Amino acid sequence: MEKTHILSITVENESGVLTRVAGLFSARGFNIDSICVAKTLEKNESKMIIATSGDAQILEQIVKQLNRLINVIKVQEFTDDDSVLRQTVLVKVNADETTKGDIFRIKEIFNGRIIDVSRNHYTLEVTGSEKKIDSLIDILRPLGIKDIVKTGIIALASAKKII
Amino acid sequence: MNHNRNNNTKKNLMTGSKIIIESLINEGVDTIFGYPGGAVLNIYDELLNYKDKIKHVLVRHEQGAAHAADGYARASGKVGVVLVTSGPGATNTITGIATANMDSVPMVIITGQVPTNLIGNDAFQEADTVGITRPCTKHNYLVKDIKDLARTIKEAFYIASTGRPGPVLIDIPKDITSSVYEFDYPETVQLHGYNPTYFGHHIQIAKLASEILKAKKPLLYIGGGVISSNASAELFELAELLDLPITSTLMGLGGFPSCHPLFFGMLGMHGTYAANMAISNADFIVAIGARFDDRVTGKVEEFGRNAKFAHIDIDPSSIGKNVKIEIPVVGDVKSVLSSLLEVLNGRNEEISEAKYERLGWLEEINAWKYEHPLTYKMNDVIKPQYVIEKIYELTGGEAIIATEVGQSQMWTAQFYKFKNPRTLLTSGGLGTMGFGFPAAIGAQMAHPDKIVFDIAGDGSIQMNIQELATAVQYNLPVKIAIINNNFLGMIRQWQELFYHKRYSFSEMNVNPDFVKLAEAYGAVGLRAKDPDDVVPVIEKALSIKRPVIMDFIVDREESVYPMVAPGSPITGMLLV
Repeated sequence: MEKTHILSITVENESGVLTRVAGLFSARGFNIDSICVAKTLEKNESKMIIATSGDAQILEQIVKQLNRLINVIKVQEFTDDDSVLRQTVLVKVNADETTKGDIFRIKEIFNGRIIDVSRNHYTLEVTGSEKKIDSLIDILRPLGIKDIVKTGIIALASAKKII
Repeated sequence: MNHNRNNNTKKNLMTGSKIIIESLINEGVDTIFGYPGGAVLNIYDELLNYKDKIKHVLVRHEQGAAHAADGYARASGKVGVVLVTSGPGATNTITGIATANMDSVPMVIITGQVPTNLIGNDAFQEADTVGITRPCTKHNYLVKDIKDLARTIKEAFYIASTGRPGPVLIDIPKDITSSVYEFDYPETVQLHGYNPTYFGHHIQIAKLASEILKAKKPLLYIGGGVISSNASAELFELAELLDLPITSTLMGLGGFPSCHPLFFGMLGMHGTYAANMAISNADFIVAIGARFDDRVTGKVEEFGRNAKFAHIDIDPSSIGKNVKIEIPVVGDVKSVLSSLLEVLNGRNEEISEAKYERLGWLEEINAWKYEHPLTYKMNDVIKPQYVIEKIYELTGGEAIIATEVGQSQMWTAQFYKFKNPRTLLTSGGLGTMGFGFPAAIGAQMAHPDKIVFDIAGDGSIQMNIQELATAVQYNLPVKIAIINNNFLGMIRQWQELFYHKRYSFSEMNVNPDFVKLAEAYGAVGLRAKDPDDVVPVIEKALSIKRPVIMDFIVDREESVYPMVAPGSPITGMLLV
């Protein structure tokens, strides 16, 4: 069954590592739904969080192939149960006198912020699970979404998993 | 190595070129295959100072260098080394690198690059070598700072030769080769993300031992991993201890003596009847250093349909890739087999009982073997299989045989009875025509005293025929046997079977006169047109200590049998 999987990949921070990882996905026809990369606290280490879809056997192959890469230090798979998954979205939404109140309410409900304002637009920043982001978009869509950008998912093992 | 640092005064200063060569010497390299060019001129200039320590073989095409280093590595077990220039020099090696990568051959390829300040500038003879070779190397490097040079070479050799071996490429800009730095060759490597598992897990090995003892119809299916981990002796001991029948992939041939009564030949598309029947009737199959390639399994759902599988492999990504494995054992084949033998040691009662229980199984496989042995029909033209049988007989199975790809390769696998590991050099994974002859040159460099053959077709020999000049220049007495049917024979065979004999561009209407061609290069050319010529021609070639081409004019439309149509179960064999 096709399912979204979140992989947390610790890599050596060298040029070309992203290409190696991405190349591995594309060479085997695996699709990357989102990817986030940043340095960790360790010197010369970065962490990539990749969301991908495919069945369990494909995922097993992905993980094994990732482990084969010389620059990959560690690969972990995360699910909703054992980790916290977050992404941030910035949405520029049409705003006029009749809708401004609605946008404020939505912002409150979704625990977001308005980070930019112009005469006709508000830009919202909201962080949350993918589901939360999706429902935000659903609610804002009738108001007219002018532009949108998402960070992609980041993930961390939940505290209880570590214990 | 120099560790005497005198506070701030750096000792042992060297140019990048000298660092490269000193590093190679530290790795025990004494032979390299290469071709000079602008970006590697500094290295080549330095190489002249090391003529007594490093033999450089000047090939005639960079692809030849890559295959020659590959053949050298396969035949010797050492790392093959290639040195070529930037741009076209590097791109010409790609086929050779991909070939080595598919067959897990340890190689280090050093490519020149344009100076660092010109990288990305579309400079003369610039190519993104690291980008191009990323998918076909085990790993690759671009050295951007001379400080990293020695460490990079150390890592490259380490990565190439450990774990599942493979080619590692180092791209070195020209300015790095002329700048100067202290040479201090590291003794160890530190690679956080690379830690191959050598020793199999003891629980898995214990499980494997008891399943092997329990099985009524066990079968060992061996692959190239047996050869690359030098595990033939352990395999032999295991097979004889338990009377385990063996079938091999193309890459595993030589890993177990072909004439041994427990050996039932190659399996798969052109495998023996006995091997393919055994796979389908076994109840327990142990894959050893093999990877369930589609040419081996046929229709994968039917492969070993009555069997449980165990799989020993150093590469975890090979295990469970195509076939579900009940007992995976990640580890080096040699080490795992030794541990397995230890576990079995002393369990004599169980062993003799197991052997007794499976007498019937061995009889069953032997019956298949006698029912449909590998065979062919003689008539008044030369049969390709006959040529290979005679090469086998006249070399006593002791020669190193490189092959090209296609019918001649398959007949070699079927009719040359390989005795020893590292004596069959063939492009199994990528299937590279043009591989065999340069690989034979590399093997002859590694083993100057052995008889080295390239068994070729008239099509494939022309893909790297220019290396005849190399063989002549270095006086390498490689014997080329051309199975000449004026066809791309395997293509013709498929067109005969699957395309209603529509021979679309598979006929070689014009071939050179191979005898004259050999002579033009300063080699020896011999021809056999009649079955009676075959033995004298081979005998003559063996008596000449120079490169020889033997042109065997064979039956034009002979086919390789048995054959399993692609995607069919391997029991669905077309027989002679």
